[in-house]
Amino acid sequence: MPLTLNINGKSHDLGSIDPSTPLLWALRDHLGLVGTKYGCGQGLCGACTVHLNGQPSRSCILPVNALAGVKITTVEGLAKGGQLTALQQAWCDRDVAQCGYCQAGQLMSATALLARTPKPTDEDIDAAMSGNLCRCGTYTRIRQAIHTAAAQP
Amino acid sequence: MNLSEIDPATFPPATPPGHLDRRGFLRLSALAGGGLALALYLRLPSDLLAAAPAAAAAGTPDGDFAPNLFVRITSAGEITILASNPEAGQGVKTALPMIIAEELDVAWTQVRVVQADLDPRLGRQVAGGSQATPTHYEPFRRLGATARFLLVAAAAAKWSVHASELSTPGDARVVHAASGRAASYGELAGAAALLPLPDEKTVPLKNPADFRVMGRRTGGVDNPAIVTGQPLFGIDTRRPGQLFATFVKCPVFGGKVRSANLDAVKALPGVKHACVIDAPGVSSGVAIVATTTWQAFKARDSLKVEWDEGRTAAESTAGFAAAAERAWADPGSGKILRNDGDFEAARAAAGANLVGARYTYPFLSHANLEPQNCTALFTPGALEVWAPTQAPQRGREAAAKALGLPPEAVTVRMTRMGGGFGRRLTNDFVAEAAAIARELPGVPVQLAWTRADDMQHDWYRPAGYHDLRAVLDSAGSLLGWSDHFVTFAAGYDTAEPSGVASLGPDEFPGRFLPHCLVRQTPLPNGIPMGPWRAPRASAQSFAHQSFLDELAVASGRDPVAFKLAVLGEPRAIPATGGKGPVYHTGRMAGVVRLAAEKSGWGTPLPKGSGRGLAFHFSHLGYAAIVVEVTVSPAGELTVDRVVVAADVGRQIINPSGAENQAEGSVVDGISSCLLQSITLDGGRVLQTNFGDMPLLRIAQSPKKIETHFLVTDNPPTGLGEPIIPPVPPALGNALFAATGKRIRSLPISAHDLSWS
Repeated sequence: MPLTLNINGKSHDLGSIDPSTPLLWALRDHLGLVGTKYGCGQGLCGACTVHLNGQPSRSCILPVNALAGVKITTVEGLAKGGQLTALQQAWCDRDVAQCGYCQAGQLMSATALLARTPKPTDEDIDAAMSGNLCRCGTYTRIRQAIHTAAAQP
Repeated sequence: MNLSEIDPATFPPATPPGHLDRRGFLRLSALAGGGLALALYLRLPSDLLAAAPAAAAAGTPDGDFAPNLFVRITSAGEITILASNPEAGQGVKTALPMIIAEELDVAWTQVRVVQADLDPRLGRQVAGGSQATPTHYEPFRRLGATARFLLVAAAAAKWSVHASELSTPGDARVVHAASGRAASYGELAGAAALLPLPDEKTVPLKNPADFRVMGRRTGGVDNPAIVTGQPLFGIDTRRPGQLFATFVKCPVFGGKVRSANLDAVKALPGVKHACVIDAPGVSSGVAIVATTTWQAFKARDSLKVEWDEGRTAAESTAGFAAAAERAWADPGSGKILRNDGDFEAARAAAGANLVGARYTYPFLSHANLEPQNCTALFTPGALEVWAPTQAPQRGREAAAKALGLPPEAVTVRMTRMGGGFGRRLTNDFVAEAAAIARELPGVPVQLAWTRADDMQHDWYRPAGYHDLRAVLDSAGSLLGWSDHFVTFAAGYDTAEPSGVASLGPDEFPGRFLPHCLVRQTPLPNGIPMGPWRAPRASAQSFAHQSFLDELAVASGRDPVAFKLAVLGEPRAIPATGGKGPVYHTGRMAGVVRLAAEKSGWGTPLPKGSGRGLAFHFSHLGYAAIVVEVTVSPAGELTVDRVVVAADVGRQIINPSGAENQAEGSVVDGISSCLLQSITLDGGRVLQTNFGDMPLLRIAQSPKKIETHFLVTDNPPTGLGEPIIPPVPPALGNALFAATGKRIRSLPISAHDLSWS
């Protein structure tokens, strides 16, 4: 039975995909949505973080057959109509990225954090972001950028 | 150039600034649409010079010089600057074009930056050795200034005024204030392209006080694409009809495939091809090519390979440690690298003032967050690769060797890299992709390594074993130093150390003491080793700067005062034999003092808290670090604050990028020394993923990192590497100050830090 996923507000037909395929690879190799990154394949690094009904989740260990009817958001779905979100803008303004590979996952976790905690403390940030590794070490800027975005009216 | 810091086998020597080949320096081209294009050729090989357009001003029918042009200005006023070097997160795609934009005198917002592919005419396209800034700063200023000079000359001719009456206000216009006339660069580009090139040595450069682009905090040019998830990285490459591959190598280094159940694998869902790869310069292994990455990865579960493990199967971390002990116990072991004065006599005379300690550190993996990957398209006689590589020319050569093609038959498209740190100076993944793509002519194939592949088939930072001794005189001054360094040979059949595992005879405090004895014993081995951020320095500094701190404590003097005393009066100390960089003690003392001052060195801290300082000179940069920690009685560590002081010359090109490098170096330094260890048993790596080879997490990272650049009148140099070497010893020294426990082996997480 063909599998259909709701991604960034659109319905995507995945045909007769192997139902055990992790969402990460369905996004990257079936649908060409390469913003979500492969880092570890075991849910350890957070580079593959997406939202399932608004909750940050590790797409590298999520089989697609568990996702029918779930509203999936990827980094490509954050900006609306070419308008960056406050977090994306803060990421640019604070010049957070070095290599940038982990930043899609960082932004997905940060977006979920601000949705539930609009004015987070450093401790809130550390708790919410500790599943997202940054090999380049941009953590101090990630904290700053989240505070910057949280300060937006 | 600081070539002594660089493995000559890994880094092609860079052309020193000011020694460019005049014949090949600048070429000017008229664009078909009436624009100006200016190309800079660095170190142009003579054969390419002969092939290059003789008179650039003649232009070309289509005006398309894109692969070898640094500056292009169209008649519509679009300004494009080429980013020639590989971007791995070090910020070079932003910083180098900023240099050109500055002297071109345009606003940064008017510039579009375009990534180059590999092209030998673009000079040194390498992300390594912190060399991009020192090798490009002056040539790129002159490139931008020459373009500006021509645009001004075109305006002068147009208005029949002298060029000295004209100015450029920094917005891509030439202005004649006396008459109120102005023209945009776009309007002038066509005429400028027809003018004779000036001698770039005579074109006026800006007074740095007038800089409007350099010295300003500037966001990375790829930031918008990064935050919106656009394809940028090698692993994001998608070509029409692309297939996806995995490559299974023997877990034991150097092992070879005896047999594999290829037919069973070929029958698996989505699998298009499975074969044993046997190609020059490529590890023996089994390639599986499938419709998706997941299908290729999943097919590995059904793959059964019988391996010939080879001789490396006998090697282990425990075995190397035991061999180091044996070498230390053998007074005849090793080669003497430095022997100033008479250390043994000074030691015999010293009596109680002899201090000794052994320091060790493990192998490390680079753990780029983007696993190694490469996309390759083979057509008979030619290969095209999309490669996240720090050394694209070496990638071309590796691919050509694997396929038996001439290097010029290989086209290398340079993609952004998800981290470099030296790993991607080795192009094994490019050669593998080439060999796999050859199996499927006409089909683009993306090879992606699994995380376990990446961790178990790295080119590791070598482990090291230091037996250190030192002699203090009766006043507590450092009189003598010896290091018997047990390290790793470049294979089995050589007594020479690996280029990334050797101790330089000038390594601090060599050249600074009356008695200095440095001895080195390389162990034969089959472990792949390669450059890891600040090769050698980032490992050895832990031992040397921690031991120096022990000596400061033994002397009874304040550590900062003790260390400044070893550095001595400001002077320039040449490299032994003239081979290597000069050590300016005043620059080092300057950053030591700055770090101490900014950290509040000497002000009291509560029990369980402490500060540690370390300094290091590498990659032409002077860096000092103060780490401030708090350790709970139960041994839980908090890094409260890190102060970075660095002297990389007279100009910070992009302060935002520069500080990012400093902050990243601090986190990388702490992450590596606190948590990380690659251990070997049976000739294979035991770690497979971030569960057993952790990276520092945000909650563990310093609460505060402050970066201070000491601006001195010296040529600007790079920042990717020099700040990391002092970080681990500064942390260790802070832990000693906080707990009284001296860390002499890494990772720190293996130690009990509790105190009472």
